[in-house]
Amino acid sequence: MVCQECKQKPASVHITQIINNDKTKISLCEDCARAYQHQLGFNFEPNFSIHKFLANLLDHEPVVGKPARASGEQCPQCGLTYSQFGQLGRLGCDRCYQVFAGRLEPLLRRIHGGFAHGGKVPRRTGGAIRVKQELRRLKAELQQLVAQEEFERAAKVRDTIRQLEQQLQA
Amino acid sequence: MAAHDLITGQCRWMEGSGPHAEIVITSRVRLARNLAGRPFPHLLDDKGKQGVLAAVASAAGAGAVAQRYGKLTAIQVSELPALDRQILVEKHLISPQHAQPGGGKALLVNGDGSIGIMVNEEDHLRIQCLLPALQLHEAWRTATGVDDALEETLDYAFDEKHGFLTACPTNVGTGLRASVMVHLPGLVMTKQIGRVLSALSQVGLAVRGFYGEGTEAVGNLFQVSNQITLGQGEEEILGNLSAVVKQIIDQERSAREALVREARVQLADRVGRAYGTLQNAHILNSQEALALMSELRLGLDLKLVKGVDTRVLNELLVAIQPASLQGAAGREMQPFERDVHRAQVVRNRLVTIQS
Ligand SMILES: [Zn+2]
Ligand SMILES: [Zn+2]
Repeated sequence: MVCQECKQKPASVHITQIINNDKTKISLCEDCARAYQHQLGFNFEPNFSIHKFLANLLDHEPVVGKPARASGEQCPQCGLTYSQFGQLGRLGCDRCYQVFAGRLEPLLRRIHGGFAHGGKVPRRTGGAIRVKQELRRLKAELQQLVAQEEFERAAKVRDTIRQLEQQLQA
Repeated sequence: MAAHDLITGQCRWMEGSGPHAEIVITSRVRLARNLAGRPFPHLLDDKGKQGVLAAVASAAGAGAVAQRYGKLTAIQVSELPALDRQILVEKHLISPQHAQPGGGKALLVNGDGSIGIMVNEEDHLRIQCLLPALQLHEAWRTATGVDDALEETLDYAFDEKHGFLTACPTNVGTGLRASVMVHLPGLVMTKQIGRVLSALSQVGLAVRGFYGEGTEAVGNLFQVSNQITLGQGEEEILGNLSAVVKQIIDQERSAREALVREARVQLADRVGRAYGTLQNAHILNSQEALALMSELRLGLDLKLVKGVDTRVLNELLVAIQPASLQGAAGREMQPFERDVHRAQVVRNRLVTIQS
């Protein structure tokens, strides 16, 4: 097998990653592996040609939605096109995530196994989003409580949900 | 505090004390953040990057951050000589990417290097908290606190579905990368390391050698970090990583116990030889030094030798690195000269504290 990075020397280092049953294998020669390690060694950060690696993934990604025309999909804020994203492996700005949302989805699923944010929301600017996140959590809790026939606690949770929903509409 | 103090001084993570310090070297939490409405750094020109830096520096100088976390000093990384930039990498204060030439890169950092904000790395901000031993949750509390304090005045790039928006889609969502540096000589010597590491990749964690010259993890140091940033919450990510690290600690501990039980004399011999070589060698390449220091570190934990503080070994981990060696000597050196100088630095440190 030939090194995937330089495509010259024989590959002797094989790196396998499995995320949610998606297996990715990278084979490198010793020099490229060393460069790779050197590149990240100190940062403790898995950044290994990640951009190139992403670009490879993109090549095999089925196109979702309508195919982009060469001049078509372009971010109005930063000017990045989808094919440039494919080459760079990086998005250009926050707007890119909206512009390319449909096409990013399968990629994000592949990298992360999921694609809906489940973490922190900015304190100051994320008010409504935080409420919505809390609502989702409470609704799941409510279902569980009903299933367990814990009706008293369920009623309390339902009240909180109503309050939050009103708050959201106000 | 000037850049100079940071480059020559010691960092908090080197203290070498805390939960499971005999196996865990450091815990790190890093949050990737970007400002709303501006291109990410790779599409910014110098002026654009200066604009980002001005915004971040002013937010960091504003009340909340300084009040809660102390004053952060701004270091214009781009204006430092290459050697000094590399020293910051060797101390884990910036990433190798941040040490690359190019304008507009900065580091806002506290006095002991436990809190740092890289500005204009791959993302506008990389907020980092780096602590000794196993203190992931403490590191998270600090990093998220700094994040909240900055967000009081900065508008972050965020959307409901994708979370915090990052230049690379591998960081989007929480923007959280948590990593733990572990020292696993027991698992390496008992040849169990391969099994342990391959199990890690199956639960969505990445493992890297720390001092990666070549493909083996030199010095038996391994870095374990989360891969997934989107979908899971921060507590879940940290909880998973902590749970796995605790299992690794247990396995390493039983491997060390087994080694002492089954081969005490051989192990004591190996540790003693390592210590002797470190104290007496006149030429040491970095790989050999790290391997011997690993054995000495193991021997200290198992009380096969005594008289060396973990802190000294942690300081040496950095001091023997190429840029740190040359920085301390005040001149550039060829590889052979470095090996001679490295041996001298190690001899001096290990002799002076001998009991
Ligand atoms: Zn190669
Ligand atoms: Zn854009």
